[in-house]
Amino acid sequence: MNAPRHIRTPLARVRGFGAARTGTGAFWHQRVSAVANVPLTIAAIVIMIMLLGRNQAAAAQILGSPLVTIIMLLFVGSITIHMRIGMQVIIEDYVHHDPLKLVLLVGNSFFAIIVGLASVYGILKLSFGL
Amino acid sequence: MMAEPGSLHARARAERPLSPHLQIYRPMLTMMMSIVHRITGAANYFGTILLAWWLNAAAGPSGYARFQTFAGSWIGRIILFGYTWSVIHHMLGGIRHLIWDSGRGFGPNEREWLVAANLIGSIAITIVLWMVGLLAMGGSQ
Repeated sequence: MNAPRHIRTPLARVRGFGAARTGTGAFWHQRVSAVANVPLTIAAIVIMIMLLGRNQAAAAQILGSPLVTIIMLLFVGSITIHMRIGMQVIIEDYVHHDPLKLVLLVGNSFFAIIVGLASVYGILKLSFGL
Repeated sequence: MMAEPGSLHARARAERPLSPHLQIYRPMLTMMMSIVHRITGAANYFGTILLAWWLNAAAGPSGYARFQTFAGSWIGRIILFGYTWSVIHHMLGGIRHLIWDSGRGFGPNEREWLVAANLIGSIAITIVLWMVGLLAMGGSQ
């Protein structure tokens, strides 16, 4: 009889015992956000074209309307997640000097969060009319 | 462990042949479009500064006027046109990569067709969007 030496299946072992314990999270999030980015980017471009040729009051009114606000929030959220992973991959591929790499990776996270939150602030301000 | 200069170990390191890298390959559209996908992604990354500026400028007339002055200037137009193409190109490239992720489109003709469609499509869509945009602005400017 070939009794199995381990109860865990080979797949479960591969999943749980990789050197880093995880690995495909960023890969998967990059693709999920990519799928979300397509309709959201198209919607954001349509919104931007709608605003062309209008004055600030009209632009603010359109940007602050509920549907546009929700679309723009989703757009900013999705692209922020996507671009943070993308820039992380670029840094990891091309920067081989460890201290610099660490600084750039942290800076990348800071940039993504700052620019994302600043955009969200701008959208919410228009929506709530503050 | 550090090898002493001139030791067998150090010489072996120095003389070890390197595996061929990018420069031995004849440039092909697929590999050019691969790096362009990264470059446009990085451009879109920094372009979000403009997005954040625009969204925050829309709250007041003076801030919006400053953004419009930038957007209407020659340098602003060039940057925004480039940003438009970069976003569209990266989006179409992303769809191409999602098709490839599904295991399809890797044939010799299919992959060439996909990258050509990516490039031609991004340029065509960018020009159409700007024509629509300039027409939309025509009423007021």
